[in-house]
Amino acid sequence: MQIDLSVKEVEKRFGNFTAVDKVSFDVEDGKFFSILGPSGCGKTTLLRMIAGFYEPSGGRIEIRGQDMANVEPNKRPVNLVFQHLALFPMMDVKENIAFGLKRRGEKGPEVYKKVDNLLERVGLPDQGNKKISQLSGGQKQRVAIARCLILEPAVLLLDEPLGALDLKLREHMKVELKKLQVEVGTTFVYITHDQSEALVMSDKVAVMNQGRFEQVDTPQNLYGKPASSFVAQFVGDNNQFIGKLSKNEKGQFFVVTDDNNKYFIDSPCEVGEDERVEMYIRPEAMIINPSQGKDTLNRVKAGVKAILFDGGNSRLLVNPAGSAREMIVSLPQNRQFDHIKAGDSVEIGWDSASAACFRESGVKTYDEL
Amino acid sequence: MMNSKKHKIRWGFIMFFTPVALWLGLLIVIPHLDLLRMSFVRADYLGESGITLNHYKSFFTEPIYWLTFVRTAMYSIVVTFIVLLVSLPVSFYVTKVANLKMQGFLMVLLLLPFWVSELIRVYGWMILLRESGVINKFMLALGIWDKPIEMLYNDTVMIMGLVYTTILFMAVPIIGVMESLDDSYIEAAYDLGARKITIWQKIIIPHCMPGIMSGSIIVFMLVLGSYLTPNLMGGKNSLWFTQQIYNQFILYFNWNQGSAFGFMLLIMSSIIIWFALKITGQQLSKVVK
Repeated sequence: MQIDLSVKEVEKRFGNFTAVDKVSFDVEDGKFFSILGPSGCGKTTLLRMIAGFYEPSGGRIEIRGQDMANVEPNKRPVNLVFQHLALFPMMDVKENIAFGLKRRGEKGPEVYKKVDNLLERVGLPDQGNKKISQLSGGQKQRVAIARCLILEPAVLLLDEPLGALDLKLREHMKVELKKLQVEVGTTFVYITHDQSEALVMSDKVAVMNQGRFEQVDTPQNLYGKPASSFVAQFVGDNNQFIGKLSKNEKGQFFVVTDDNNKYFIDSPCEVGEDERVEMYIRPEAMIINPSQGKDTLNRVKAGVKAILFDGGNSRLLVNPAGSAREMIVSLPQNRQFDHIKAGDSVEIGWDSASAACFRESGVKTYDEL
Repeated sequence: MMNSKKHKIRWGFIMFFTPVALWLGLLIVIPHLDLLRMSFVRADYLGESGITLNHYKSFFTEPIYWLTFVRTAMYSIVVTFIVLLVSLPVSFYVTKVANLKMQGFLMVLLLLPFWVSELIRVYGWMILLRESGVINKFMLALGIWDKPIEMLYNDTVMIMGLVYTTILFMAVPIIGVMESLDDSYIEAAYDLGARKITIWQKIIIPHCMPGIMSGSIIVFMLVLGSYLTPNLMGGKNSLWFTQQIYNQFILYFNWNQGSAFGFMLLIMSSIIIWFALKITGQQLSKVVK
């Protein structure tokens, strides 16, 4: 497989602040690669270095094997779809799309033939003469992508282009964008702070935090086997337990939490005995009122504090007995649990294999008020 | 209820409209109507006697008059272009290159000279440039020149003076519109393969066109109607049309001829501006916003 984009030990410092800290990754030809991270994690800086707007403080960026040091943005075989799209309001749709071709010195009816072809491919036939202000949000999106694709870039960079759309359209465009990428086969590098966008569209996702990559993996592995406490918290919802790891005489590991609950756990990663750990369990890994006789389950009595109804994503907010810590538990909407009300007592169970465990780091994805 | 509401709106309207109407009527419409009347009146030392087109005719028949006008108009256009060429990079630097703190400082630097009257600023230039001026003294002292050079009283220095006295009126409207230009447009064009000159041509200048046009109109009118700078810095041959009007009113005491010249200036400048708007495809209503 050809490597379209190769980033090697790239750094960017602004004064004393390190925005991007020795990041390395490769993107194969035709793949959809996402960089996922909270705002301020350095993902935009990284993207702008690939596009050529920032000079890296160290490291190498190669596009299709060619070193991009000292290559101006207008000479790089990559194009960027801007966060607010930056479609030129002084030109109509076809002039926007033809802009890049004309800058390459292409002229005449050939240019507009290509433009019409591409407009058809992105599902906007015969819209070439419209003004930018006459387009809907989704149409603008497609024009912005078409404007880049017409140059047949080695890599298309996308800077949170769905951020400005409203929810329904965003959900729709996610699927559209993925389909478009598969169809045109161009390598996409997509940055976002929205984990759902990254998980749905990408072949591979890099989770970025404070200028570093925490994990580069498939969406499934990112969710199922997070490599760090940050990834476990940032990707999807998770229940966090903090406590001390111990081993009993049978060689089984267990965590004694700070509120004195004891939970068994498989494969405690690289963490040693008697160390303080953070343990994570997904809400959907938790079973409400599990049937008896499964001895691999951790079981805990809990009081229901509230029902967080959200359609298919509904959850219970519960307190384990004798603890103030809150847990969220998936509440399947199959009518089986319709009898549960706030104030009820339920039993919560989960398989000891479904927990992820890391050395205590104190990392938080947001500041609690 | 409806009636009283209507009344209120009308009172508010009158309150705001009256000063405007007075201003326009007393200071602009009435004097101009009288000037218009005078320009058509035949007058000599015996008093007014009938209506004539002679004052307008003499504008076209006496080459000195219309040549001065053409010269003034041409130089005004040249000055406007030079001011535009200087203002564009200055505005770009202030809005896009300088950081926020620097921006305020640069704006003050731009505005500061305009706190001083035009007369003083022109004298400032004269102190620098004249035969016994600062530059001459300096060059002589350094031994670079062996005799003083008169740098004042020619067309070049007059144009420079006019550029200097009007640049703010171009820079401010352009800075205004350039601030509203999202940086990402410039970056997008750059990313799509545009060279710097193309970015100016295709993105920055089209976006700034309303500011450029309103700045150009103001500068053109100011230069066309300026009196001090061409008089003080221009040489004996640097005739400016405002001097002709001044001469008619003050030297020859021929108010009727002067009025006709004043109207010719108004008409011709309107035509030039209309023409400029036409060829750039701008609308006056958008430009004055």
